[in-house]
Amino acid sequence: MIYTDNNATTRVADEVIEEMLPYLGQFYGNPSSMYGFADMVNKKVQQARTQVADLINADPGEIIFTACGTESDNAAVNAAISAFPQKKHIITTAVEHPAIRNLCFHLQKNKGYKVTFVPVDKKGRLDLDTLYKAMSDDTAVISVMWANNETGVIFPIAEIAQKAKEKGIWFHTDAVQAAGKIPIDVKAAGVDMLSLSGHKIHAPKGIGVLYIKKGIKFSPFLIGGHQEKGRRGGTENTASIIALGKACELAKAHLPLMDTQVRAIRDYLETRLLEAIPATSVNGDTENRLPNTLSIGFDAVEGESILMLMNQAGICASSGSACTSGSLDPSHVLMAMQVPFKSAHGTIRFSLSHYNTKAEMDTIVQTLIPAIDKLRQMSPFWKDGKVV
Amino acid sequence: MWNYSEKVMEHFLKPRNVGELEGANAIGETGSLSCGDALKLYLKVDENERIIDASFMTFGCASAVASSSALTEIIKGMTLDDAAKITNDDIADYLGGLPKEKMHCSVMGQAALKKAIANFRGIQILEKPGDMVCECFDVTDLEIIDAVKNNGLENTEDVTNYLKAGGGCGKCLDRIEEIVHKTMASMATSSAAD
Repeated sequence: MIYTDNNATTRVADEVIEEMLPYLGQFYGNPSSMYGFADMVNKKVQQARTQVADLINADPGEIIFTACGTESDNAAVNAAISAFPQKKHIITTAVEHPAIRNLCFHLQKNKGYKVTFVPVDKKGRLDLDTLYKAMSDDTAVISVMWANNETGVIFPIAEIAQKAKEKGIWFHTDAVQAAGKIPIDVKAAGVDMLSLSGHKIHAPKGIGVLYIKKGIKFSPFLIGGHQEKGRRGGTENTASIIALGKACELAKAHLPLMDTQVRAIRDYLETRLLEAIPATSVNGDTENRLPNTLSIGFDAVEGESILMLMNQAGICASSGSACTSGSLDPSHVLMAMQVPFKSAHGTIRFSLSHYNTKAEMDTIVQTLIPAIDKLRQMSPFWKDGKVV
Repeated sequence: MWNYSEKVMEHFLKPRNVGELEGANAIGETGSLSCGDALKLYLKVDENERIIDASFMTFGCASAVASSSALTEIIKGMTLDDAAKITNDDIADYLGGLPKEKMHCSVMGQAALKKAIANFRGIQILEKPGDMVCECFDVTDLEIIDAVKNNGLENTEDVTNYLKAGGGCGKCLDRIEEIVHKTMASMATSSAAD
């Protein structure tokens, strides 16, 4: 199997599994309990908190654990609108993950909020003019992802955070895709809240993080016991937290590798595909992109068919096509970028990890050349070597 | 991951009758690049209106390819009148069933066949009767009513799965819901009188 869908989920690192197993088995104590058996688990949880904080240059006290990136996103937006109940405007982008996008649709449709979905250009870059013009005294929160999951495009978070600060507006960023791939420094960037997800950085599924800058008037999303200093109720997912801590420690150590080795392998795949297969184009700003992501469109053929042919060869990737999105539109990200339909439906996303090799890329290319050709032979939109 | 039958996978990986048919005298096209689904059906029909050969070109997912392949196998040897009776359910059954979200792929097959037959007979398919409901996918209210009545559809999701209507910009979803309710209500009352 060749796994190139790391933006969808990642393999749990062996070191991480090893780190967490004792806390699934032998050391099952509840960190809040009043005896030594539990206290040692609590100490490991706090150690994990420090490891997570280290990855993003936060203070451990500014980290709370959640069940997933989606919960972190929901908690952040809800905290902002709770802190400013009079303010009924939200600013976000047209290319957010459904955890922010659908939440904003819900608030717009059912809770009377006005939402500005800032558009992007054809390279997926934010229209900052529109964003800044939209900021007003009625804006409760601005939420902009650090990097896009489909194209890998990276947004100017520090600049936007600074502008938000000048206007006194809370700024949240969904850094689920960026964490572990590029350096993140919350102090330098000046964000108020940041979401992170375990299963994107070789930790298990079902664990996330919300960074909350000291001083932010945060009210809990999940109300229950006093865990996380009253900021998030629910007994801590101890084993997964400990796993996440280890994963963050490893992610920090691997950042240089991401920038060199992984980037080189991704670039190699991109170059070879563009050379070997005609009528093929890359989606997104290649100057400001995560080092592991490649969104590439093959004209006149359809994404699900491409994925199924790759699956026959044991290659795992994903697509922005309608058929795979579960709806009948290609992904909203490709639509927002106005990627022409002839390549939007035939877009495949490859997202690498440091486990991928150059040899694997060769296999992908060798598989895709005949696969795309087979589908183009069948396509009414392809004739004599070009789109019709 | 779509739950595809073995037959669907087979027809996708080894499709029958792919390509432009030389000497085709009937062609039916449906769908578009923007839709994400398109089918061009070629027929060679003899003087007794019997389909002696058929082929297809498809842009679409595994279901679309399989549906097209299956359709060409089903209609070879049939007269146009018999072929005109083929429904999307027949295509889906031939394939051992399709996931409900993919039923519209088989509907495309039925639509292309209808156009090919009309093309052969020199009949112009007139502007569809009824009011346009879904602009993205060109579906009228009468088509929705028809689909609800004949296929046991019960909600807007079913309608979208069958006709794609409502699956684009979503503006017509409320209207579709209205039509579904009215149609189901009229079906209930008509059988209540029995």
